[in-house]
Amino acid sequence: MTETAVFAVNLALLAMLLVTAVGILKLYNLFAVVMVSGMYSLLCAAFFVLMDAVDVAFTEAAVGAGLSTVLMLAALALTRPNRKDGDHKALNIPAKIVTFVVGLLLFWISMDFPGFGDPLAPVNQHLAPQFLTEGPEKTTVPNVVTVVLASYRGYDTLGETVVVFTAAVSVLCLLGVLRGNAPVRSKTTEADEEEFQEFNSQIILRVITKYLTPFILLFALYVQFHGDYGPGGGFQAGVIFAAGLILYGMVYGIDRLRDVVGQKHRVPLRLAGLGVLLYAGVGVASLMLGGNFLDYNVLAEDPRQGQHLGILLVEFGVGLTVTNVMILVFLTLAGRGYRDGVTSGPMSLSAELQDVEDLQNEKEAKPS
Amino acid sequence: MSLYLINYWVAIALLLIGLYIVMSREHLIKKVVGLSIFQTAVFIMYISMGKVFGGSPPIVSEEFSVYSNPLPHVLILTAIVVGVATTAVGLALAVRIREAYGTLNEDDILKIHDEDAT
Repeated sequence: MTETAVFAVNLALLAMLLVTAVGILKLYNLFAVVMVSGMYSLLCAAFFVLMDAVDVAFTEAAVGAGLSTVLMLAALALTRPNRKDGDHKALNIPAKIVTFVVGLLLFWISMDFPGFGDPLAPVNQHLAPQFLTEGPEKTTVPNVVTVVLASYRGYDTLGETVVVFTAAVSVLCLLGVLRGNAPVRSKTTEADEEEFQEFNSQIILRVITKYLTPFILLFALYVQFHGDYGPGGGFQAGVIFAAGLILYGMVYGIDRLRDVVGQKHRVPLRLAGLGVLLYAGVGVASLMLGGNFLDYNVLAEDPRQGQHLGILLVEFGVGLTVTNVMILVFLTLAGRGYRDGVTSGPMSLSAELQDVEDLQNEKEAKPS
Repeated sequence: MSLYLINYWVAIALLLIGLYIVMSREHLIKKVVGLSIFQTAVFIMYISMGKVFGGSPPIVSEEFSVYSNPLPHVLILTAIVVGVATTAVGLALAVRIREAYGTLNEDDILKIHDEDAT
C-alpha cells in the first residue's frame, strides 16, 4: 500500500475509535457499555494490523473483543440489581479540570514527537535494526517478535507470565476456589430453569458451537506451534484455546465445562502453575548446562538449534499458563453463585435481556 | 505542526476519555471499562511509533527488506494479556464489593462506609 492509502485508512480507523470511546463515555446502560467496548477492541485490532503489528492484533482480537467482554458480562450478571451507572455530581467539575490540564500537557509534549511512519525516528534506530538482522540469524526463527519476546526479553516475559498467574491466584483468593461458602444467587430457580429450557430450543447455536469448538482448539494449537514462523505464540494460543472452551461453557452450561476440566477446577489449577514452572525450568536447565539463566544457546549442540528449542519450550509454558488462567478466571467469575445441578443454563442471558427491557422502559417513561 | 502527529493526538484523546470515565462515573464496572480504554490509548501510541512507511510486519523473509519496528509489538503484546488478567482481578473485587455493600455505585459505598465508621 502507498503511504497515502495507509494514512487514509489510519485516519478512518482512528475516527471510529474516537466515536466508540465517546459512545462508552455517554452510555449509562452497562450492558451496552460492555458490548460497545468489545467493538472498540475489535477496531483496535484492525488498527494494529494496519500498523504491521500482526501479533498484537491477534492478541487484541482474542483478548479484548472476546475474553474481556465475556468476563465483564459475567461480572455484570453477578452484580445484577443497581447496575445503572451515574455521575459523581461533586466530582464533575474537578474531573473536567484535571482532564483538561493533563490533555494540555500531553498535547504540548506530543509536539516534540517524530512524525508517524518515519524510518529515521529514534525509536526505529539502535536496537530495532539489530533485532531484525541478528535475531533470525542467531535463532533460525523468522518471526522477530517471537525472538525478542522469548529470547532477548526472556526475563521480562517470565515476569509477565508470573503476573498473569498471580492475577489468577488473586481472583481465586477473592472469589474462592471451592464455592462452598459462596452465596447462592438469589434467582436461580424457576425463572432460570424456564430460560434454560427456552435456550435448549436454540438448536442452531448449540449445533454450531459443537462443530466449531474442535476447530478453535486445533487453530489454537497451530498458533502455538507455528508462532516462530508466523504471527502467534503462547499468549495468543493460550487465549484462543481458552476461548474455545469458554464458548462451550457459555452455550452448554458451566457444569458441562466443569465435566471437561474436572470438578473443583482440578486440571487448570495444576496446569497454570506447571506453565510457569516449565518456563523457569528451561532457565534452570540452561544454568545446569553451563550457560546463563534463560540463555538457550547451551540447550543443543548447535547454539541456533538451542535457541529455537528454548523459544518453543518457553512459548509452550506461556501457552499453558495463559490458557488455564483464563479458564480459571472465567469459571470462578461465571460459576459463582450457581448451585451444582440447579442451573446449567447460559450465564447472564437473563441479565442482558433485563437490561434491554430496562432501557426500553426508561425510554417510554421519558418521552421527551 | 505536522498532520502526521494525528495518531498521537487521537491516542491522547482516548487516554483523556478513559481518565475522565474513571474519575467522573460512579459505577465500578464502568470505571474498569474506563481503565481499559486508558490502557488501549497507550497501546495505540506505542504501536503507532513502531510503524515504518513501506515496511512489512516483522517476520523476516527474503522478499522484503523494510520492516516495522518489532520492539513495541513485543511490549504491547504482553501488556494486553496482563491487562485482561488485571481486569479480571478488578472485576473480582467489584463482585466482592457488591456482596459486602449491596451496591456498586461509589457514592453509596462511601456513604455506607462512613455510617459504619461512626
